[in-house]
Amino acid sequence: MALDKNAIAKRIAKELKDGYYVNLGIGIPTLVANFIPAGMQIVLQSENGLLGIGPFPVKDEVDPDLINAGKQTITAVPGAAFFDSSASFAMIRGGHIDLTVLGAFEVSEEGDIASWKIPGKLVKGMGGAMDLVASAKNIIVAMMHTNPQGESKLLRHCTLPLTGVGVVKRIVSDLAVLDVTPDGFKLIERAPGVSVQEIMNATEGRLIVEGEIPEIEL
Amino acid sequence: MCEILLTMNKIVKNAFEAIKGIESNMTIMLGGFGLCGIPENCIAALAESDINGLTCISNNAGVDGFGLGMLLRRHQIRKMISSYVGENKEFERQLLSGELEVELTPQGTLAERIRAGGAGIPAFFVPAGYGTEVAEGKPVREFEGKMYLEERWLKADFAIVKAWKGDTNGNLIYKNTANNFNQVMATAGKITIAEVEELVPAGTLDPNYIHTPGVFVQRIFQGTNYEKRIEFTTTRPG
Repeated sequence: MALDKNAIAKRIAKELKDGYYVNLGIGIPTLVANFIPAGMQIVLQSENGLLGIGPFPVKDEVDPDLINAGKQTITAVPGAAFFDSSASFAMIRGGHIDLTVLGAFEVSEEGDIASWKIPGKLVKGMGGAMDLVASAKNIIVAMMHTNPQGESKLLRHCTLPLTGVGVVKRIVSDLAVLDVTPDGFKLIERAPGVSVQEIMNATEGRLIVEGEIPEIEL
Repeated sequence: MCEILLTMNKIVKNAFEAIKGIESNMTIMLGGFGLCGIPENCIAALAESDINGLTCISNNAGVDGFGLGMLLRRHQIRKMISSYVGENKEFERQLLSGELEVELTPQGTLAERIRAGGAGIPAFFVPAGYGTEVAEGKPVREFEGKMYLEERWLKADFAIVKAWKGDTNGNLIYKNTANNFNQVMATAGKITIAEVEELVPAGTLDPNYIHTPGVFVQRIFQGTNYEKRIEFTTTRPG
């Protein structure tokens, strides 16, 4: 069975390591915060100027001067730090953020990512996505393997305007965990009950399957 | 303890006095991220003026009828330099009809272009946007095996920022994530206007906690009636 959004987030949470500074994008990536293993110290960065994102506030705590990059009201954990946008992107550009998790419209087998613009649809802008993908030490993409029409989003070459080139390291989709390698998408794990053949059918880019592929454990 | 306080005449009465000298077709910077930390008083004063043809450097473009949406509604903006411009129907309409020009810039590059403008650095290299349409027409160069593209500084005739506390010397302290683009923009205006929630005498704020040293600020006033609209109120039970 394909993973739902929460299960994708839960699988990505297994990539976290104690002491990581992490930037989570909008959508499925945000859900990863709900699955941080107990006892693990993870500091979440919000690119509008916060290290140490806490949970949503209770009603009485809502503060219009405290929001995340999705413009939602949030809290700051004890030990948090605030800073301005240029310091925030110095952290990102300077490689001080250990892991970035973000969504994508398309990923290519060379690690290119398209996530910000669909020609013919209104362009809202790239926000911080181009800065994040160009500089994070490790980038995991959380995405659906195919679009609603069943067409693959893991391609030989991206068809949409790019956000970054050769930057994606790992993809966690509803069907599989895959690594971007010089030879194509390497299948690492498959969703429970999903066959290798189903993943092949849903992947337009080159897929490398070596040996027995274990199921994702959640 | 030094008894002589530095006193300078940076105080203006209100937003109307603060924006004196802003003329049509000028370039202005406005702090804020979404509606968080925007200079509400000065935007409202601009919206009551006849100034138009503005180039606005701001991370976002407000929402319909609030923030920069107030200036868009009155067709006062000719061009936006921003990283993300969603949440605004009038903006979309003017963009599609060709009334409005937009230069989309990656958010970190936008912040750094402003920092460079304030710090006197005309150009610099960043990896963001390499290989994308953002790189079109820009020189690229390899450093230590990685490709970077050249970006240029941004400066403004006026930078308008919003701070939490400020003193009569123009020293500023921002609150929480309402800092965002304000601190960096304060450095990049030929004239920087600061509107603050609380204006105090010089010598009151702890010099160790100043975000923006007063040298960057030419005009300061205590704003009134801050609405601080929230775009998405999200809460947990309890």
